[in-house]
Amino acid sequence: MLFTSYGFILFAAVLLAVYYVFPKKYQWTLLLAASYLFYAFSGLENFAFIIFTTVSCFITARIMEKRKQNEDVYVEKNKETLDKEHRKQYRAKEKKKRFYILLVGLFLNFGVLAVIKYTAFALRNLNSILKLFSVPSVDIPDLLLPLGISFFVFQSTGYLIDVYRGKTYAEKNPAKLALFVSFFPQLAQGPISRHADLSGTLYEPHSFDAKNLKFGLQRVLWGYFKKLVIADRILIAVKAMIADTATYNGIYVVLLILLYSAQIYADFTGGIDITIGLAEAMGIRVKENFNHPFSSRSTKEYWNRWHITMGSWFTDYVFYPMSVTKPMMKLSKWSRAHLGNAIGKRLPVYLATAVTWFLTGLWHGAAWNFIVWGMLNCLVILVSQELEPIYRRFRERFPKLTASYGYHCFEATRTFLLMGLIRSLDCYGNVGLTFKLWGSIFTKMNFSKCFSGQIFELGLDIKDYVILAVAIVIVAVVAKLSQTGDLREWLYGKTVLSWALSSVLLVLILLFGAYGIGYDASQFIYTIY
Amino acid sequence: MEKLIAILTSLHPDVDFENNDSLIDDGILDSLDIVSLVTEINAEFDVTIPAEEIVPENFNSAAALMELITKLDEE
Repeated sequence: MLFTSYGFILFAAVLLAVYYVFPKKYQWTLLLAASYLFYAFSGLENFAFIIFTTVSCFITARIMEKRKQNEDVYVEKNKETLDKEHRKQYRAKEKKKRFYILLVGLFLNFGVLAVIKYTAFALRNLNSILKLFSVPSVDIPDLLLPLGISFFVFQSTGYLIDVYRGKTYAEKNPAKLALFVSFFPQLAQGPISRHADLSGTLYEPHSFDAKNLKFGLQRVLWGYFKKLVIADRILIAVKAMIADTATYNGIYVVLLILLYSAQIYADFTGGIDITIGLAEAMGIRVKENFNHPFSSRSTKEYWNRWHITMGSWFTDYVFYPMSVTKPMMKLSKWSRAHLGNAIGKRLPVYLATAVTWFLTGLWHGAAWNFIVWGMLNCLVILVSQELEPIYRRFRERFPKLTASYGYHCFEATRTFLLMGLIRSLDCYGNVGLTFKLWGSIFTKMNFSKCFSGQIFELGLDIKDYVILAVAIVIVAVVAKLSQTGDLREWLYGKTVLSWALSSVLLVLILLFGAYGIGYDASQFIYTIY
Repeated sequence: MEKLIAILTSLHPDVDFENNDSLIDDGILDSLDIVSLVTEINAEFDVTIPAEEIVPENFNSAAALMELITKLDEE
């Protein structure tokens, strides 16, 4: 059930109406039923996966917590007889056992994800190798990818690691954990919530709150505006350019980078607006996933602002743990002793960064273009890190210039274009072709063709481009204004203005939304990951 | 403390690490800095900071970080 379908709008409206008349103590059970119903629309066969994740995580977390409680009881009971050294040894031994239990939970869940998502990719690569040696190829099974599996597996494994680290508690009620795993607004495309953040409001009873409802629905409306007026309209042109790269190269690659940047921003942030807004309307706080990413002045900053919950998942659960492992510390010491301080300092950090970005690419999809996308991001971040002393000297040499608004705009534009260029790997889906098309920007002189009418052969007419330009300006202005505070708070109390703006937004969606005859409201880009 | 300040200053020479207590909150130290810091601390103090201790409260100031190093050293 797509967020943009009439069915979903009806589903959400009925749920909201029932939610506030339902006994407050059991509102969370209604949410669980709604989440499972939502998931059922994606195919009943998918249930096996979400149930497996829920059950395996429930059992693993409960065992880990029980063992920790027993450990604490034992230490407390024997505090007179256990000296510090023995207590430390006992705790270390118990921690190791809990770690092995955690590994089982992680192995089970990542194992399923790996088999479902990566088997075909692995076998395709194996077949390419077998072909070199004229060995018959292996059959590639057609495995279904359950809706949101990358998101709910990551959210659930994050929960397991947090229970192991003592950052959250293990749910005693499996149905409550089932809701955390399957909470429908974020099931298909995130954010990837932390149990400690979401559980605070997810299970609580919520009385009707007109402000929450109003703010939530305003945000939902804003999400639909971005998705239907901007993202799905641009999609038509992007699809046309991808379908015929023999014609649409050179300057069209630049056009695609610009259009796809606007499309994915409107699509993904729009989807997250609908998610957070819907949850907010029910009094539930879901963590923000974006923080004005296109104002970032560096790639590192961009990744702190774009898909924040995925970035922090990889940082907290992959990058940090890997960086501080004993082998990594040994590698650091060894490389300092044998390769010098400069390399010794960098090697573990760079290695952990490369592995993290490789996995981030792989998370996005089982294809080489995603892996290359991840590694290019890694390369840009590490090169920027190496160039930092030069940037610093430049800032010291030209303090006025580098502090100016114009220079900040230059840095933001540079980051935007660089990220857009790398992101175009998503579109073309083929590494070799993408590199060739990047090259065509400098070799094909088709600038005049593009602006002599051929741009209108991409499925959009002049009216569409005007609508897009106006809508993008509206989004940019709202983004700029909301950097200083929540616009909805500012509008709150200004009843007439607030209703007028919401009504205008609704009319704009109804008039200019990319749906109905001639359009096909597409699925959100991130639901395929 | 001097050794720690020297390590921090080598990462960001332009920051006053003695008085700043929002190194993470203000985005002065990022994830790459933190891992560099953890490996440097391991080399200098022979203390391994576990992943679960990499939280803003422990890295927001040199004093908090020194406290963590002392705690881990004593354990």
